[in-house]
This record gives sequence, C-alpha cells and structure tokens, in this order.
Amino acid sequence: MFGDQEAKRIIESVLAYSTGDQTEVVLYSSDAALTRFANGYIHQNVAESNVQLSVRVVLGKRIGIATVNAAHNDAIKRTVDVATEIARCREPDEHFISLPGPTTYQPVDSFAVRTAEFTPEERASAVAVICRKAAESQLIASGAFETSTSELAIGNSEGVFAFQTDTLANVNTVIMSDTSSGYADRYAVDVDQIDVEAVAAEAIDKALRSRNPTRLDPGTYEVILEEYAVSDILDFIAFLGLSAKAVEEERSFMNGNFGRRIVGEGINIWDDAMDPRGIPVAFDFEGVAKQRVDFFINGVANAVCYDSYTAGKEKNKTSTGHALPAGDTYGPLPGNMFLGPGTSTKEEMLASTKRGIWVSRFHYTRDVHPTKVVVTGMTRDGTFLIENGEITRPVNNFRFTQGYLEALNNVLAIGKETKIQRELYPFNRVPALKIAAWNFTGVTEY
Amino acid sequence: MKHITDRALDVARSRGATYADVRIVNLESQTLVVRNGVTEAVTVGESAGLGVRVLADGAWGFASSSKLDLGEADKVAALAVRIAKASATVKKGDVNLGQPVVERGSYRTPVQIDPFAVSLEEKLSLLLKADEIMRAIKGIVVAESSMEIQREFKTFANSEGSFIEQVLIETGCGIEATSAKDGEVQRRSYPNSVGRHQGTEGFEFVLRYDLPGNAARIAEEAVALLSAKQCPAGVRTIILDGTQLALQVHESCGHAIEFDRVLGSEAAYAGTSFLTIDKLGTFRYGSDIVNITADATIPGGLGTFGYDDEGVPAQITPIVRDGIFKGYLTSRETASLLGQTSNGTMRADGWNRIPLIRMTNINLEPGTWTLDDLIADTDDGIYMQTNKSWSIDDKRLNFQFGTEIAWEIVRGKLGAMLKNATYTGITPQFWGKCDAICNRDSWTVWGTPNCGKGQPSQTAHVGHGTAPARFRDVQVGLMK
Repeated sequence: MFGDQEAKRIIESVLAYSTGDQTEVVLYSSDAALTRFANGYIHQNVAESNVQLSVRVVLGKRIGIATVNAAHNDAIKRTVDVATEIARCREPDEHFISLPGPTTYQPVDSFAVRTAEFTPEERASAVAVICRKAAESQLIASGAFETSTSELAIGNSEGVFAFQTDTLANVNTVIMSDTSSGYADRYAVDVDQIDVEAVAAEAIDKALRSRNPTRLDPGTYEVILEEYAVSDILDFIAFLGLSAKAVEEERSFMNGNFGRRIVGEGINIWDDAMDPRGIPVAFDFEGVAKQRVDFFINGVANAVCYDSYTAGKEKNKTSTGHALPAGDTYGPLPGNMFLGPGTSTKEEMLASTKRGIWVSRFHYTRDVHPTKVVVTGMTRDGTFLIENGEITRPVNNFRFTQGYLEALNNVLAIGKETKIQRELYPFNRVPALKIAAWNFTGVTEY
Repeated sequence: MKHITDRALDVARSRGATYADVRIVNLESQTLVVRNGVTEAVTVGESAGLGVRVLADGAWGFASSSKLDLGEADKVAALAVRIAKASATVKKGDVNLGQPVVERGSYRTPVQIDPFAVSLEEKLSLLLKADEIMRAIKGIVVAESSMEIQREFKTFANSEGSFIEQVLIETGCGIEATSAKDGEVQRRSYPNSVGRHQGTEGFEFVLRYDLPGNAARIAEEAVALLSAKQCPAGVRTIILDGTQLALQVHESCGHAIEFDRVLGSEAAYAGTSFLTIDKLGTFRYGSDIVNITADATIPGGLGTFGYDDEGVPAQITPIVRDGIFKGYLTSRETASLLGQTSNGTMRADGWNRIPLIRMTNINLEPGTWTLDDLIADTDDGIYMQTNKSWSIDDKRLNFQFGTEIAWEIVRGKLGAMLKNATYTGITPQFWGKCDAICNRDSWTVWGTPNCGKGQPSQTAHVGHGTAPARFRDVQVGLMK
C-alpha cells in the first residue's frame, strides 16, 4: 500500500514524464488473503500482494494503454514509453473527446482496520467454527473466507486526483450431506460484522431440510426466489442492457423503450455507489464521482449508465461515473445495484403460495437471448415444493430457461428484507421475490 | 532467477516447511480490439511476481508478491509457512505428495513467426480490414475483430531439487459480427466464439485463419439469421461442428474428470463430479466409438506445455476408451490417493495463484467419417455450429447449450438456416447416443482461453481436439 501522498507522488511523476497531449494514470494496489476449505478442513490457503499501474496516453485522438505491476521509476518510464508508442501507431478515434476533468466526490466509509489486520490464524479460527458446526450435524463444510485491503488512486493531466482505500470481508459456504446441500454467504467492509455462526447455521439448516430430494416434473411454476437467486437477475440485466454502450450499439432491451413500462410497476432498480447499505465506492476508473442512476422507476425504463467516452458520443450527456478500467471494451457498467424492497416477509410469501417452488440459489446461468434476457441455469443448494402454504418436500434440482424481464413483469410479492450479493462484477442489494410463473425446462438426478 | 528461488526455498525450510516450491512468472501480453471502425483498445501489459507454496505441519500455505527481490522472497516464504501452520489447525490428515519430483530442464513453445516481432501496425491493419468488410454488410450493428498475444516466462524450483525454465507463447484471434432488427439480435463468430480461438503458436496462427477472408461470410450469416426460422422443438438427430463439440467436451468431460473436483475440493464454488471413484475403469461414459484423451504434448494445443506447475512433465493420459471411463486428471497429492503418480495437470493462472488441477488438451479422438458423408447419411436432423450459450449443473450431468447458427438436414442435404438453436441432455446418456465421429480431415484442437475455477478465481487456457460428430435422440429447441 502506498497511502495517498505517495500515490499522488507516483501519479505526478508519471504525468511529468509523459509527453502525451493528455495522460491518465490508474494506480491500484492490494493485499488479499483467502482461506479455503473442503471436506471439513482447510485445503488451500493463499495470500497475495500486488500493484497495477495503468497508463493511458492520448496523442490528439490516438490512444495507447500500457500496464505493469510495479511502480518504480524504470517501470513507470517503460510503461509510459510503450503507451506513447502504441498511441503513435494506431488510427485516431474520432469519437474520443477528452479525458474527464475533475469532479467533486464525497469520501465514503469503506475501510475497517479490523479487516485490514485480520490474520491467517483468525481466518482459520473462523473456518474452524463452520467446519465444527457442520460436523456436529453429520455434515461436511466447504467454502472460503476472504479478507482484502486495496487502494485505488487515479490522476490525469486534466486535474483529476482521486484516492480511496477499501477493505472487504467475504465468507461463503456450501454444507453437504450425502444427498443435499445448503449455502450461505456474507459481505462486509468490517470483518467483525460477519457472524460465522449464523452463516453456518443458515447453510446447515438448508442442508438438513433438503435431504433425500425426490423428482418433480419440470414445468411452469410459481416461485419464491431467495436473495441469492434474485441477484442473478440484476447481474444479467446489468450486463446485457444497462450500459450506454449496449444502447448505442442497438443491442439493449432499453432500445426504443425509454419512458415505457417494461417490467412490473413495483420494480425499482438503481445503481448508487455512495449508499452505505452497499459496498460504497466514491469514483469510477476515470476518477469521476459516482452518481446515482435510476434504471427502472416503477417499472418504467428510465436511464442507463455512462462513462466519459459514451457520454461524449451523445448530446447533453455526462459521465455518470461508471467507467471500467481503460482497455476494457465492455463499456460502462453498474457496480452497486439495488432492487427496491417491498412489504412481504418470506414467510408471508410462502403462506400465500398454493403450489410452487422455493428456490435458494441458481448455478451456472448463461444468457440464451440477450435482448429478451432469456437465461438458462440450474437451481442449487435447496429446492423445495410448496403446497398449500407450506414447504412439503425437497425436490431434485431443475434446469430453467426463463426470460428475466418477463419474470420481473410477473412479480407477486417483493421481500422487505434485503441482502448484499455478488457473483460477477456488481454488488447487488436485493430482496426475495415471489414470481407468478417460472419456466423449468429440465430436471437433474439429484 | 535462481538466486531468488534458492533464497525462498531456504527460508521456507528454515521456518519449518517440509516441502516448498517457488514459481517466478513474468507475463507479457498484447490485446488489440477493433470495433465498428474504431481501434477501441490497444493494451500492452506486463505482470511479474513470485509465489511460494509450502507444506508445514502437514498442511498447505501459499503467499505471493509482485516484488522480485531477495528481501521480498524472505517475507513471502515466511508468510507462506505461517499460513500453512494456520491451515494445520483445521486439518484431517497430513498431505501426502507421493514420490519426489526432481526435474531439471527447459521448454519453449515452438513458433514460426514470433508474434511479438510483428508490428502493432501490421496487426491493426489486419483487424481493421476484417472490420471494414463486416461493416460493409447491411444490417450489421457491431463488428468486432480482436487479437491476443502472450508470452510467459516461468521459472519453477522445488525443495526436492527441481529447476525448470519455460517460455510459453500463445496467439489468439477472432471476429464477431452482430446484427439487429426490430428487437432481434443475432451474432456470428469466427474461427470460434467467446472472443477468439487461441493456440500455443506464433503469428502463423493468425495468418492461417485469414480473418479478412472470412469476414463477409460471417457478417452475411449474422444478417440472414435475423429472418431465419426458429429452431424447432423436439427430439432430433443433431450433428455438432467441432467448435461446439469442443465446448461440449469441455463442460461434460473435461471438468468432470478433474480429480480434485471428484474429491470435493471445488464443492463451494463450481461443484463436484458425477464421475465418482467407484466408476473408474468400469463406467460407460459414452458409446463404443467415444475415445477421449488428455494430451499436454500436442503441438499448438492451447493446453500444451513442457512441465506442469508441480514440475511434472507434460504427458498423455487416456480418459475414455471405447466408451468406458478410464482416467482422471491428477496432481501429486490426489494421484497418491489412487496409488498413482501425477499425470501433470497442475496449472496456475499466474504468479499469484496456486496450481489447481486443470484441463490440458482434452481431445475427442477422430473417427472415420468425412463431414460430407456424415450429412449425406443423415435423413432428418439439425447441424449446429459455433457455441452461443452454455450451462451445466454442479455435478456435470444436466447441460444445455445454444449455438449461433444451425441448418436443417433433410434427406442427406443441408436445408434451411435456423436461429436460436439449443439442445439439452444428461452427460452419459448424450454421449451414449454418439454414433458417428468425423475423421482427422476435420479435426482441430480448439482453444478455450476462458476456463474458470477456484477461489480466488483463476482462468485457464485449455484445448479440445474435436471433429464434427452425430448424436441421436437429443432434445432440441428449448427457447420459445
């Protein structure tokens, strides 16, 4: 870790050395450790200390990017020289307007000393709790406990300097019997907020209740999706359609639909990196302050997210602070999504279901049709039949092929509690959902 | 680098490690992306560091750092031992690595044209030409052409006396044309999807695949798909082209045979495997004509190398013979449980990751048919080409795939183009219905540069040698 003063010095030395018309420097450093366990014991246990220096040099409208994982003078000079040479040899990008200028961001509370100082012995002790509790129920625990500290410093020749230090703690576990499994996870800035006993208890409960599942025919069912599954819906919506780049390339479900209701009236989805209920981040990878973007307001398609490049291609648009690192061609992406809670408890959802399926979690989901957001995947770690307001038996896992936008148009109830989840890039805070129809197209043998 | 590896090993031993290995890796890369006439990204990267893996008190520890000097070697080795001792507080038995591995040697990927010696201008010119040709086709909304080149300098040393130096070179390229109209979006890719095809070759790889020469066809097919018939639903005979079959092999065989997965090591993330130990040697995985081999030596394969990341030499292992399941992918630790020695499949994604059992080149051995004869022999079926979507359950049984394009086969001839083709099945039932495999004339080792596994996650570059093959009685048409 460098600290803000040293990071600023490094960035200024890069900017001073560069002969580009404009130059951007991203300096990222991290210390991360992960203790992994399977079959009730620690089988992998790792730690990493890394630095990444990324330099974007602009000559007119020609751009070159070079990266190195060091920040000493030789590495800086070599990297700037390479980026400059790349810029010289490539075609100009007529859409490029400028690197962004300074914006004002509010510092966020994203660092906890306890997480930064968490030791290998403490991680092992936490894992021991999960393994012991599983064993007490004749179950086997697997999972991972990760703690990390990172620094992100961004500066450019237009006056941007942004600096943030973060910590993140995450535990996840799959606890298994011979015929069943249960899952739980937690994310927090402060590792002391993670209650490993509660994590273990949640997964154990699911593993015990889902033992000896039986086959149920696939078909279309009413479903209750736990938060773990609902997060997947937000991931696909974000990746497939909530970027300005997807809209500009006419491959988003938002194309032609701004101002129209395309999901249920009760559905509100937004991105807000400053919200302390998420994992807060103050600025994006161009150093632009994060802004809240409301994607769906009462089901109406409202907006997508921008970086400086996509904003520069449209009139009256500015960056919303969602840039990915330079060189990533995916375009701007949401990183901190929220699906607005409702008023139902999961117990109330259950009690009101005559016949349906309780889904804990999805596995290996992939899009089948991007503009309709049709996704296929499996259920996993606890799938149950609901009859007359009660869970009557665990069932074998299903394959589904379902349009996610269609599902959001069929929401019967929205949970009042929310959880933070992450599978791909964004952190999502989501409630459980009860959905009128979910298309299960296959069933597996367990 | 030997002074650093020696130092790290010495410190690890002095701190109580009973085994230690050190990898120093320097990865150089170039990524070029052209999209809709704009050179969207030209990035040159460099990542170097060391990773020290140790056994202490019978358990594993690993630490890594981007700083390459003696002082950092001391710190990293000491931390690895501390982590191992922490692991040992939650263990069930001591790790057994079997017989020592003592290898001293070197390996360098053979290439004809050094891809790093080809200028960026020449590379960009080729991509821009392919891009221009695709965009000239009316109806194309996104044209993308890309190239990825990397060179990895790897030094491995262990406390048993191994010292190995390797230089591994990879070249990859691809084009993708996306069409859109009235809310419908279709895509065609070449030579393979998910960005590119890649191999352990030099720039001759890019020249051989002639991106500009295939750009018009790919773009025309993408537009034609917009108005093509929807793939019908039903139980049908299908022929899968080599690219789609490569992913089928990857998901339904390659992952299922990773022995660490069988033993539960990946249960928390990607899952386990239906190929449990009791099935080894006796389980019918597929029909009699199905033969699958793990081969880390095949020239040009994306999973080809000289030594794995435990210092075990690259080798060939039979996986399925005449349809019967015969072998796993193993490591030193897991092979010892079978009374075997490792078959050299431990691979790490960079200096900052531990090696895990990964695929090398998992190949479906060629059969006897030409593709023309196979289609002519098929009275009623669907020929599916180029993967578009993929999903499989956490034991590698229930899968569903989609392809970019398909054609009806009617009385032995290709007929109407079909869009949104999908098929589903259960792994051994599906492979049991394989009744024809094409011969070596259409056999290619396809590169999959995006295989994910592990926590923290790692990406492996693996290969699959396949030729088109026919499968009977497959459920198709899952999309409404």
